[in-house]
Amino acid sequence: MNLRTLLAAALALVLAGGVPVRGAGVAIAAAGDLRGVLEALKTGFEGGHPGVQLQLTFGASGSLTAQIQQGAPFDVFLSADAGFPEQLRQAGLVTPEGPFPYATGKLILWVRQDLHLDPAREGLKVLLHPAVKKIATANPRLAPYGRAGEAALRAEHLFEAVQPKLVFGENILQAAQFLQTGAAEAGLISHAQAANPALAQTGVRWEVPAGAYPPIRQAGVILKRAASPDAAQAFRAYLIGPEGQAVLARHGFGRP
Amino acid sequence: MDWEAILLSLRLAAASVALLAPLGVALAWPLAMGRFRGKLLLEALTSMPLILPPTVMGFYLIVALGPLSPVGRLWEHLTGARLVFSFQGLLLAQVVTNLPFFLQPLVASLGGVDRRLLEVASTLGARPLGVYLRVALPLAWRGLLSAVVLSFAHAIGEFGVVLMVGGNLPGRTRTASIALFDQVEAFDLAGANRTALLLLAFALAVLMGTAWLRSRERAWN
Repeated sequence: MNLRTLLAAALALVLAGGVPVRGAGVAIAAAGDLRGVLEALKTGFEGGHPGVQLQLTFGASGSLTAQIQQGAPFDVFLSADAGFPEQLRQAGLVTPEGPFPYATGKLILWVRQDLHLDPAREGLKVLLHPAVKKIATANPRLAPYGRAGEAALRAEHLFEAVQPKLVFGENILQAAQFLQTGAAEAGLISHAQAANPALAQTGVRWEVPAGAYPPIRQAGVILKRAASPDAAQAFRAYLIGPEGQAVLARHGFGRP
Repeated sequence: MDWEAILLSLRLAAASVALLAPLGVALAWPLAMGRFRGKLLLEALTSMPLILPPTVMGFYLIVALGPLSPVGRLWEHLTGARLVFSFQGLLLAQVVTNLPFFLQPLVASLGGVDRRLLEVASTLGARPLGVYLRVALPLAWRGLLSAVVLSFAHAIGEFGVVLMVGGNLPGRTRTASIALFDQVEAFDLAGANRTALLLLAFALAVLMGTAWLRSRERAWN
């Protein structure tokens, strides 16, 4: 084989890589708190829809919204709040039926086990304890759980006292990673992240009472530019239907 | 404009160079002149941050500097403060990440120093350390200057590692590049544009400056 054929073959391979293989792919941009549950939903959905493949991307809802506004090629966006999907609707980027609520998120206080603190008794006040040196949560500007965490601390009049301890992950996944690596002793994160085995085994979890923060109503949208709208619609139906809701409930999400 | 973040970046970069200078000068000599076992390994190790993804660096750094690690525990024992999410933690991360940017121009420049001058110094009775510090290093001053400028500039621009070990704290770990990221993500495109333009102008000035230095060095030799 001479050099030219080799180069042509290489070029063909490279170009072929950019072409979708077969069936419909649905590119889903999802809030970080959906990691875990969305993998389970993907398995369930793909089982019932042969030929359709979900591609998952996770990030802070705000970051994903900014990317979508700049033309990121996603078909479905699942936010951790209702505000960002609404922004995309107003920007004229979503299909006519608009945002659809699919779940309510729960805020969890996670504290490292070996500190022997009891959030079930003391609630958020355990964060005042000197053994808690750093508290991880998501950036309140970008991530709804970060906003909920801040609201809960303010509602309990603890915000000023614990502010020097707060550290912010770019999204809820990074906040959970701060906890997992031991860089922070406590965190305000999503139920789904706190339930992750790595954190569930090493920490004490406490569900922050729903009244302490504005409800985390999570909504999604189908984007106008979706490459395969039918497959995207089918996924939406599955998500808000009984099967999808059962999976969400199993992973600690409330009804929409 | 987020002046707090820009000031922090300048402070962090200056402190990084202040720590890098003695470390870099000490490492550059064996790398440029030495012949010893493990030189290739030392070369590879000190160059690694050039090609490793910042996520890899960030991951190892947060584990290595975290409160569960020996380094992090010792630090907390001594100072009572946490190393990650602090200026000092970022500083350490920056020194590791920017080492190759200091070493490479300096080592290259030292390699170009006329060996005969060093031998003359040696025969006149100078000790090896004196030959390096008083003859070789002054002759390679343009390389040293490039090393300082490049590592300073790269420290200003470092993003991934800072994002991973910083925790985005205003005034402490939110550097200019992190503030820019925050502005973009929060739809503050006008603010992002101002920060980005400033960083762009800075990078351009630095690169033109080092290119000029290199051209002078060639003209000199």
